[in-house]
Amino acid sequence: MAKNSMADLLEIKGLKIEATSYPPGEKPREVVLVDGVSVSLEKGRVLGLIGESGAGKSTIGLAAMAYGRGGVRLTGGEVLLNGRNIRGAGPVTLRALRGREVTYVAQSAAAAFNPAKKLMEQVIETCLLHKVMTRPAAQARAVDLFRKLGLPNPESFGNRYPHQVSGGQLQRAMTAMALCPKPDLVIFDEPTTALDVTTQIEVLAAIKEAIRDQGVAAIYITHDLAVVAQVADDIMVLRHGKTVEYGSTDQIINRPGQAYTQALVSVREIAHVEKPPAAPILTVDAVTARYRGTNFDVLKRVSVDVAPGQTLAVVGESGSGKSTLARAITGLLPPHQGAVTFAGRRLSPDLAGRSRDDLRELQMIYQMADTAMNPRQTVGTIIGRPLEFYFGLKGAEKARRVAELLDQIEMGKGFAERYPAELSGGQKQRVCIARALAAKPKLIICDEVTSALDPLVADGILKLLLALQAQEGVAYLFITHDLATVRAIADKIAVMYRGEVVRYGAKSEVLAPPFDAYTDLLLSSVPEMRLGWLEEVLGSRRMESAGN
Amino acid sequence: MRIPFSAMLGLGLTALMVLAAIFSPLIAPYGLNETVGKVWENPSAQFWLGTDTIGRDIFSRLVYGGAVTIFVALASSALAFSMGAFFGFLAAVRGGWIDTGLSRLVDVMMAVPSLIVALVVLSVLPLTLTTLVLVMGVLDSTRVFRLSRAVAADIAVMDYVEAAKLRGEGQVWIIFREILPNAMSPLVAEFGMRFIFAVLFISTLSFLGLGIQPPLADWGGMVRENKDGLIYGKSAAMVPAIAIAVLAIAVNLVADWVLSRTTSLKGGRNG
Repeated sequence: MAKNSMADLLEIKGLKIEATSYPPGEKPREVVLVDGVSVSLEKGRVLGLIGESGAGKSTIGLAAMAYGRGGVRLTGGEVLLNGRNIRGAGPVTLRALRGREVTYVAQSAAAAFNPAKKLMEQVIETCLLHKVMTRPAAQARAVDLFRKLGLPNPESFGNRYPHQVSGGQLQRAMTAMALCPKPDLVIFDEPTTALDVTTQIEVLAAIKEAIRDQGVAAIYITHDLAVVAQVADDIMVLRHGKTVEYGSTDQIINRPGQAYTQALVSVREIAHVEKPPAAPILTVDAVTARYRGTNFDVLKRVSVDVAPGQTLAVVGESGSGKSTLARAITGLLPPHQGAVTFAGRRLSPDLAGRSRDDLRELQMIYQMADTAMNPRQTVGTIIGRPLEFYFGLKGAEKARRVAELLDQIEMGKGFAERYPAELSGGQKQRVCIARALAAKPKLIICDEVTSALDPLVADGILKLLLALQAQEGVAYLFITHDLATVRAIADKIAVMYRGEVVRYGAKSEVLAPPFDAYTDLLLSSVPEMRLGWLEEVLGSRRMESAGN
Repeated sequence: MRIPFSAMLGLGLTALMVLAAIFSPLIAPYGLNETVGKVWENPSAQFWLGTDTIGRDIFSRLVYGGAVTIFVALASSALAFSMGAFFGFLAAVRGGWIDTGLSRLVDVMMAVPSLIVALVVLSVLPLTLTTLVLVMGVLDSTRVFRLSRAVAADIAVMDYVEAAKLRGEGQVWIIFREILPNAMSPLVAEFGMRFIFAVLFISTLSFLGLGIQPPLADWGGMVRENKDGLIYGKSAAMVPAIAIAVLAIAVNLVADWVLSRTTSLKGGRNG
């Protein structure tokens, strides 16, 4: 950490950020988003801001260019950039420094680019606006940056439109945009969160390389400690708008001082002993499926099975057909070849042909608990409906069972009267679990159920799912792209790639060498919680490709 | 909860007009078709808003006419909403050829200006209140269909609707328990708008002579009866016209407020 404040590029002292909240039907009230946060950043160094959603990390990041998103006000403290306080500076000053001294890389590159303009125009726009360099110079610099960021055909890359390049390439193009005007400070706001692990590692390496090469300072915002450990020199752990711990990356990762940081570092270290193989309850046999009106098979002869009381994890990157497999099993997308056998019965391919017991015994939990619950129904109604629908429970008996289920998901019966909007993200997902459980299912399909949650909350959900499996003997088909989650809960694993199962077997077999090329790439791309991991992986990949 | 001034004003004026319509026989000082004074008398203590083209009390006719205007508009909006929302939800939930069929039919109906269709149909059919309500209701239901189909289509792809389908719920549960509660807010606000358009539409028809027929009176018809007075500087035609404008603005103010409070689908107890 910097001790000499004179040399600091950015120094934030006692920053306080407030906003007005408008809860429905209540009086507006002031909320403090960030309170008393101080950081300092030297030229050429990277500061990682980490914390769960709502911790204020993005808000602090944007405050570094004295910007507050709609209704957010920077009410106290100092934001010193190159020695002058920019908090409360006028629009002329701010316009001169934003996009010139400080630039920003947003989480979703797809949403941040103008789809109607070519990439080159957008990448060099700030350079021209701020008259940093002439158009030919800016274009030459952009091409140079494209090359350094490992983009294909750097000379002509800028002639493409945003929709003509992949998500990972677009994210790198935005990094080029941010670096083009030679800023002093770049704010990276979750730049790799929306990407697949196999893409993330490339973007991460490119960003790290570019930061070092250009000698800029950076603030790197993420919720993934393993990612930030690869790029940051210092890390600040935030929670509820306050600093939990602030130190060098080495100290935070290897010697975390606070209990919260320790929990973040040791997250997903659930020990799960693989269960012995057993006769399957669900058999998916050579299922091929395509969407209506297309002739492209999104699932190609997929065969997997799940044993009672066990977990099959289906892993793969986006577009690999994981969720389509779930839709084929549930009957939402009737497969056009192959068969699904469940509890000894051959299931009708489409939903309409299935008996009430078929439906009851095969439940599903969704990724976004927000949209999986009707906002106009209380928790009691949401959990109570399957009880009423499948078992005909009414009145006191139903209420008693709802209370029981709420106990099982470690929430009290007081929650029965609440609406989904009054629950936290983790609580919402728990209610969805209770709704699935209410049907007394034999198998629950979990579609990325922890992906939208903060690491610690996700950890809690996984532990709950494991406990419920032990109690109720329910089997899970667990769809995820996160290999840490797979290690924590799976008995068997199916690796999917482009609609096919490329590797399938018991967890110990799938995760042990020898690997096929794709599984190797997938496994080695998952960030590990230690310093120097990124260099190691890239080094070994370079050696492999040299060896070939 | 604080009600803004504009909404209060709107609510007050709307309530006043609706109450006047309900209790019209008690409020109106004279009969509907009673000739009580001279032609086009100016407002006075005896005739608060003056008299009309054949010496009838304008205030009394305004009160009676309001009842007819509001009743016809309300009945046709109610019809438009029941039809439009039902078919709109059905199209959104069922999709496929039902959706295509209904949507194209509505496109055809909307391609022809409603006023022209109404004029043609009403000049053929017997001019009764029932015909009027039916014609206006059916024509207006196309707009409601579009809105409710769009709103329901957004809701029908939500995971909670899929969850209900996976549970094995029937169409009735999905429409009335999953979709309708979440579609209510935009529909309620739209009801205010459609009601206003119905008021304007019936007034237009009556002004053109194809709406409410004597001996009944309504505001559009009153403008028509008294329009010649404008040449002589008589206010008789202005009074019902202002009444139409005030009702339109009042209901709009309420609808705006409902809409601004409930545009979020996030829900909550008071949402």
